[in-house]
Amino acid sequence: MQGFTGGDSQGFCHMSARVITITSGKGGVGKTTATANIAAALAQLGNQVVAIDADVGLRNLDLVMGLENRIVYDLVDVIEGRCRLRQAMIRDKRTDGLYLLPAAQTRDKTAVSPSDMVLVCDELRPSFDYILIDSPAGIERGFRNAIAPADEVIIVSNAEVSSVRDADRIIGLLQADEKGAPRLIVNRIKPDMVAAGDMLAIGDVLDVLMIELIGTVPEDDQVIVSTNRGFPVVLENHSLAGEAFRNIARRIRGEEVPFLSLQQNRGLRGWLKKLRGGGK
Amino acid sequence: MSLLQRLLRQNRLTSSQIAKDRLKMVLIHDRSDLSPGMLEALKDEIIATIGKRVQVDPARVTFSLEQDGRTSRLVADIPLIPKMR
Repeated sequence: MQGFTGGDSQGFCHMSARVITITSGKGGVGKTTATANIAAALAQLGNQVVAIDADVGLRNLDLVMGLENRIVYDLVDVIEGRCRLRQAMIRDKRTDGLYLLPAAQTRDKTAVSPSDMVLVCDELRPSFDYILIDSPAGIERGFRNAIAPADEVIIVSNAEVSSVRDADRIIGLLQADEKGAPRLIVNRIKPDMVAAGDMLAIGDVLDVLMIELIGTVPEDDQVIVSTNRGFPVVLENHSLAGEAFRNIARRIRGEEVPFLSLQQNRGLRGWLKKLRGGGK
Repeated sequence: MSLLQRLLRQNRLTSSQIAKDRLKMVLIHDRSDLSPGMLEALKDEIIATIGKRVQVDPARVTFSLEQDGRTSRLVADIPLIPKMR
């Protein structure tokens, strides 16, 4: 790795970030929300984290992270040499160690190539613990750009037929590309519908996709509220989705974290738990 | 879900079971890049090829794609017609 900021002689700069790409195939399943929240959660745990928006032309990670008013330069400016990498990076003042590298809004995906992404990440690696890349939907150039530098890939799917099918397609493409086995987030689960037999259970999705699970996130209105405000839901203590994303961040770090019971307060056991005051 | 609902549902597939079955079927074809039409054409070709050497009963031939982990397997069951002596 030959990052400009790296080098053994400098001594203090010997971090080497893990590059994790978050992708899905299908749009609208929660990639950007997942990226923003996992990045914030990893930073909260004391890591140096940069989130890169690879959706050139349709940028949104800035808005979800609440940093849209602070963009001066973007990814394409860096690649085309109009600024240095450090100038394009926005530091999140609310969370120590969290940075955003925004996408360009007025260009398209062809302004970036997979090798550009590899170069940008190589330059960032020595100064960070984690580089999270928010992939655009689809399987074309933007997706190729997003996965090119990835050490690991996380696929986001909803428990619904079309996003599971698209996730399967992504898994196939990653296999053909000889990327390591991706891990799966099942997002926006509605426990009541699963219990009624009207939504695929996590086990069903895993049976079909045959990949490792890294997180399950319940549908949570708080996500909409926090996105409205540009404030990651992981920073809210009383959100189930926030807790789920915090758990994912810890699993990324290698911690063993039990999966959230999404069936809280249901049935007799939940009712007894409520009585004992263990409600939330 | 109430007990009554549970009892009513017992003999019926839930929509999530239907979703899972449909997904399994569509993914078998997605992963192998074999459409049901192509599978049918392949079946005819294989019957014709085998039929050159031995007599087969085309009506009883079954052809299916099965899942083995993330890989698909083409399974053919081709009964031969016993030779009349």
